[in-house]
Amino acid sequence: MSATAVHSLWTMAADPIEKIDAPKIEYGQLSPTLIVIGAAIIGVLLEAFVPRKSRYYAQVFLSVVSLAAAFAAVIALATRGYGTTKAGIVAMGAIAVDGPALFLQGTILLAGLLGVFTFAERRLDPVAHGNQVDSFAAQAASVPGSDSEKAAVKAGFTTTEVFPLLLFAIGGMLLFPAANDLLTLFIALEVFSLPLYLLCAVARRKRIMSQEAAVKYFLLGAFASAFTLFGIALLYGYAGSVSYATIAQVVDGSIENVTPALAGTMGNDALLLIGAAMLVMGLLFKVGAVPFHMWTPDVYQGAPTPVTGFMAAATKVAAFGALLRLLYVVLPGLSWDWRPVMWAVAIVTMLGGAIVAITQTDIKRLLAYSSIAHAGFILAGVIATSADGISSVLFYLGAYSFVTIGAFAVVTLVRDAGGEATHLSKWAGLGRRSPLVAAVFAVFLLAFAGIPLTSGFAGKFAVFKAAAEGGAGAIVVVGVISSAIAAFFYIRVIVLMFFSEPKPEGPTVAVPSPLTMTAIAFGVVVTLVLGVAPQYFLDLAGQAGVFVR
Amino acid sequence: MENLIALLVAAPLLGAAVLLCGGRRLDAVGHWIGTVLAAASFVIGAILFADMLGKGAEEREMTQHLFSWVPVEGFQADVAFQLDQLSMTFVLLISGVGSLIHVYSIGYMEHDERRRRFFGYLNLFLAAMLLLVLADNYLLLYVGWEGVGLASYLLIGFWQHKPSAATAAKKAFLVNRVGDMGLSIAIMLMFAWFGTFAFGPVLEATGETSEGKLTAIGLMLLLAACGKSAQVPLQSWLGDAMEGPTPVSALIHAATMVTAGVYLIVRSGAIFNGAPDAQLAVTVVGAVTLLFGAIVGCAKDDIKKALAGSTMSQIGYMILAAGLGPIGYVFAIMHLVTHGFFKAGLFLGAGSVMHGMNDEVDMRKYGGLRKYMPVTFVTFGLGYLAIIGFPGLSGFFSKDKIIEAAFAKGGTEGWILGGVALLGAAITAYYMTRVMLMTFFGEERWRHAPTPSPAEPSVEPAAETHGEHAEPHPHESPSSMTIPMIVLAFGSVFAGAFFGIGDRFIHWLEPVTDHAHGHPPVSALTVTLSTVAVMVIGVGVAYAQYGRRPVPVAAPRGSLLTRAARRDLLQDDFNHVVLVRGGEHLTRSLVYVDHTLVDGVVNGTAASMGGLSGRLRRLQNGFARSYAVSMFGGAAVLIAATLLMRAV
Repeated sequence: MSATAVHSLWTMAADPIEKIDAPKIEYGQLSPTLIVIGAAIIGVLLEAFVPRKSRYYAQVFLSVVSLAAAFAAVIALATRGYGTTKAGIVAMGAIAVDGPALFLQGTILLAGLLGVFTFAERRLDPVAHGNQVDSFAAQAASVPGSDSEKAAVKAGFTTTEVFPLLLFAIGGMLLFPAANDLLTLFIALEVFSLPLYLLCAVARRKRIMSQEAAVKYFLLGAFASAFTLFGIALLYGYAGSVSYATIAQVVDGSIENVTPALAGTMGNDALLLIGAAMLVMGLLFKVGAVPFHMWTPDVYQGAPTPVTGFMAAATKVAAFGALLRLLYVVLPGLSWDWRPVMWAVAIVTMLGGAIVAITQTDIKRLLAYSSIAHAGFILAGVIATSADGISSVLFYLGAYSFVTIGAFAVVTLVRDAGGEATHLSKWAGLGRRSPLVAAVFAVFLLAFAGIPLTSGFAGKFAVFKAAAEGGAGAIVVVGVISSAIAAFFYIRVIVLMFFSEPKPEGPTVAVPSPLTMTAIAFGVVVTLVLGVAPQYFLDLAGQAGVFVR
Repeated sequence: MENLIALLVAAPLLGAAVLLCGGRRLDAVGHWIGTVLAAASFVIGAILFADMLGKGAEEREMTQHLFSWVPVEGFQADVAFQLDQLSMTFVLLISGVGSLIHVYSIGYMEHDERRRRFFGYLNLFLAAMLLLVLADNYLLLYVGWEGVGLASYLLIGFWQHKPSAATAAKKAFLVNRVGDMGLSIAIMLMFAWFGTFAFGPVLEATGETSEGKLTAIGLMLLLAACGKSAQVPLQSWLGDAMEGPTPVSALIHAATMVTAGVYLIVRSGAIFNGAPDAQLAVTVVGAVTLLFGAIVGCAKDDIKKALAGSTMSQIGYMILAAGLGPIGYVFAIMHLVTHGFFKAGLFLGAGSVMHGMNDEVDMRKYGGLRKYMPVTFVTFGLGYLAIIGFPGLSGFFSKDKIIEAAFAKGGTEGWILGGVALLGAAITAYYMTRVMLMTFFGEERWRHAPTPSPAEPSVEPAAETHGEHAEPHPHESPSSMTIPMIVLAFGSVFAGAFFGIGDRFIHWLEPVTDHAHGHPPVSALTVTLSTVAVMVIGVGVAYAQYGRRPVPVAAPRGSLLTRAARRDLLQDDFNHVVLVRGGEHLTRSLVYVDHTLVDGVVNGTAASMGGLSGRLRRLQNGFARSYAVSMFGGAAVLIAATLLMRAV
């Protein structure tokens, strides 16, 4: 930088601050997020003002309507070209509205809608004291086993607060992949994480386990957030800005204006590398990549199953969206540094998830390890560093989230006296007792395993193809080996369901209300449509796979 | 006119569909439907033939493109027909002889309750065979090739309640599959090297293709021909195939299907012309088979199996001629046609004899039948004279030309091949005279109730228990059976002279197959005279053995060669020892390797994965502090690795 340039920077800084412009907010382009956050706030008000008996109906109605409206807004934005030609950065540079953001927001909203359906299910548990109950504790604040809990159950209380919490989480998730500066990113992270911690704690059955899961998730999540925040600080120190575009320019060396106060530390590569690593680590925690995955099995198992299903699907979508944007928009200039590291993470994630899943005996833990292995597969698409890599990850996320919600919804159906019968031994012979439910679950398992004619195959094929073309052949080999290992435990469940003798005191399969049925049916339809005729959706993901910078 | 070609195939195919799908309600008329549609095919063939005769020799080829079968870029397969003089010859033979055999079957199968189904299969066979000779590319030919294989399987095993018939059908199918592999590999090679499998482009491309490639394709085609035409080493199925009803033996295993191999080689003449080694292999196969079949034919007491040996031997002649190149192609086809007449006639005669003799097939229990079935005797006798090459009858003209052409090959090869062909002619005369004498002359051995000799108590134990077998009443067959025999006898007598005199057949076929006049090292007259001479010797020896002396009812032990020949020259023993045992050993060792090595590796991997899983699982101890440590460690490694990447 020449001396005159430095001088002009100083003189610019010396000018007095004239006025602060009112921030310009593009409400139209932000409408999906705004609708959901607004509805969440209204939900809180409903809790305060609507009589207890009507709250459930009001909350479900509000949630469904707001999510549907937000989804309609996403579709409207996409059809008007905000995902492609009119993509841009809004809200003073804080938020990007582009193809990946809209695609992922649409996916999250649909997953959220199905999540509301499973949250609202009230026919699975037997009627308690004349009241229909859902999966959530009568009164989350009461100590498990205490008199106040019994009183709450007797009074027929339900935790309808889960709906506004869910909406807050969805609102944060919508913002997360669209965040275009590091502070927005962090705020979105916390906005969706905190409600999830709470949601994990409010199971009606096995409450101690649920609370333990919530505490673990909260502690480890806070720990990871600390890393993220520290990483953000270091990156700010490096670039003098939290804006993605500015950091990217500094990394490239194409920056024009530099904040004078930071000129001393700017361009220090140690700050950049350590900061980027810590920030990426925080995101890897959210997607559940090895070695930051250890919360996943405990939390998936302990959380109420509808929450697990929603969390497993939507968190992954939001976190991978943010990770993609970070790596492709902020750190492309650094790809020679992060790619080898991410290679290693992808490999240990794929193998670790698949191998440990072999010896699991609980269906929810099994699916948790399965989700870890899938995080590895998606990472294989992330490191492709190509347009195909982006679109294959988008497609995979869409396909995976509906399989996951459907699978966990089926888990809620298989019950015995203690609630859900999640131990695998109890699933023996399920195919003889309830062939339809077992067949549906088998479809989901085959999709997880990536068998052709299911969405899992199309997704896996897309990410592996992108990875191979991106020069990551070794990843693909490991991915295929992991898939083979993973196929073992998926198929084992199918064998258990269809080829084992049912146990005399096995679980019963509850008949759900149309809500859960819709969630499951939607999952099956998406799984098969994306498996049999994936081209339209691959094209859609292909069109959406361009980040605005 | 071209549009009629598809009808040739469509008529019998329609018949097969109607008869096989129509169910019981067609039982009463099924045989008429089948016969009329077969005859319709012949009539269409005759119309096309007349049309073809009206054109000049070079303009006689007709094509019909039906539809595009596999329209993929880089792989074009069409369903298209090509009718030239060669195909025309086959069309007339197949539909003509086929129609006669349909008529014959009306009487022969009269008492079979599954007669409708039988006619359905016969029609299916005709359709497939016509498709085979009409296809204009090797892929469509392959469809017909497999189609006749299927029809043959169904017809050999038609009396599936007999285990021997079911086994024979399976054997024929399996042996044919070996040949089919040859054809499919040949087609794949053509596609790989020429990019097409249509006759025209492939045969034109042979000019600029290396000899090695042509030899490879030629040998694979020869393998295919060996399977379908029952040539050594794939000959073993034909004898057993006689388990099928006799009209089937006449139609499929004498007149038409077994000649498919000859058609294939003659049709692919351009390939063989460019591959002398493959041609030599063809002639060797032909020469070996013609002796093999003839020797087997000498020893068989079962009239149909004797004729089967003869068929093998006669097709050996055709293959030999086809291997000689342009000097032999025409004669191969000519012998094929004349053989179609006389061998079908002989088989129908044999069927007629069996019909009158309570389905007895052992010639030692025949004798003196000429008085009881005069029409059969006369037609069979004319067929007999034709096959041994009695001067003036059809076999004389066609076989003599083949022997001549074999000598004309030149050099030592020519002398060996000619000598073998001549020797074959002598043996043919011998075994056919034997059949004739044992069946129609001598004492009436069937008069005595068959008493099994003490030496071989196991011979025909069924004859003792079944009273009806005690004393047959030989009688002439109904006219539906005798008329086809009479027609075929006409062909046996006159076809050869019609084709041979004035080189009529040569001029007819020359535009398709090319023809070169061979020049044998000795004069043609000498060859002809020697052929007649060896024929007379063969007849004389047979007369000395079977005409002058009484024929024992129980077969004598016989010499080593006789015993071997009775067992088909140990073909099944050879197959059993080499292929079956060898295959079993191979399977067993592969299973062993699979169990120990492959399963060992697989199970070992699975077990080690399980062990690893169990160990890794312990890391998940449920304590948040341990998890946090793991995350911290992971973050440290991540940071260190990122920094390290920059440092490297």
